[in-house]
Amino acid sequence: MSDLKPLTPLGGDIARLDQIGVLRIAENPNLAIASLAARKGRSADVAQTVKAALQIELPQPGKSRRTVTHTVWWMGPDQWMLSAEHNAHELLADEVKAIVGDAASVTEQTDAWCCFEVSAHCEHGAASSEAALFALFERLCAVDVSQMVVEDATRTSIHHTGCFLIRKEDGFCVIGPRSSAGSLHHALVEVAGGLG
Amino acid sequence: MLINHPLLGPRDASEFTYLGDASLLNRPDWQGENAVEAFHDYLYLRDNPAGLHRELWFHEQGDRSWLVVTRNTLTHEITEVVLASEVAKNTKRFEGDAQ
Repeated sequence: MSDLKPLTPLGGDIARLDQIGVLRIAENPNLAIASLAARKGRSADVAQTVKAALQIELPQPGKSRRTVTHTVWWMGPDQWMLSAEHNAHELLADEVKAIVGDAASVTEQTDAWCCFEVSAHCEHGAASSEAALFALFERLCAVDVSQMVVEDATRTSIHHTGCFLIRKEDGFCVIGPRSSAGSLHHALVEVAGGLG
Repeated sequence: MLINHPLLGPRDASEFTYLGDASLLNRPDWQGENAVEAFHDYLYLRDNPAGLHRELWFHEQGDRSWLVVTRNTLTHEITEVVLASEVAKNTKRFEGDAQ
């Protein structure tokens, strides 16, 4: 049997990591993703079964939630995206479908997306790190990023590409279409490099 | 221009695409007696008001909601934004279809 070796969204054998000034842009290929859409009138059932099985409450518009194993973010009315580590949950869509049954439609999204974890580590402290992150994303998208608090999640356009932006404790997570991973990475790196 | 999304708050107009007159929600009954005439009017006739205009916008680079936006065509002032799904649910035709 062939010994197949997976490539990351950017085409490398290992995840790309860029350190530009205080900003750190890390490709995260270890991600299993599935989308969840409640069927008509079944939102409450979906929320209940997901909470019982994963101990996670489906977030309200513009929000995300995290547990040790799973992250879930609101995508649209009655629609969410779930992610987990690919190593441990390669068949995430099947796992989620088994939980929600006929109350929701679940679609495999792994390998449709690329993920960049953007963080900042400034020696002048947390406020300076945060300022660097805001400066970066203010230039990249139309979202009022400085108003985003931890767990806020939204979809917006970065470099003409529809991306999810999730605010985390140490920075932002950018999830964009895998087929545009190179362009998205280029935008992140170019804008970060221009901050000086 | 900012559009005050009913779920997500003010969002840049660049995230949206514009479809046109919100009367497109009122699709005629294709089995009606005057279906041909009704579809002609539905497809070709639009009001072109100088003032308040109800129109459909799609949050394409956002949550993919369809919105009904009331915009003043003279000033671009936006006075009301509601989810198109809510508008449809409150329309008589959709009553049997409501959740």
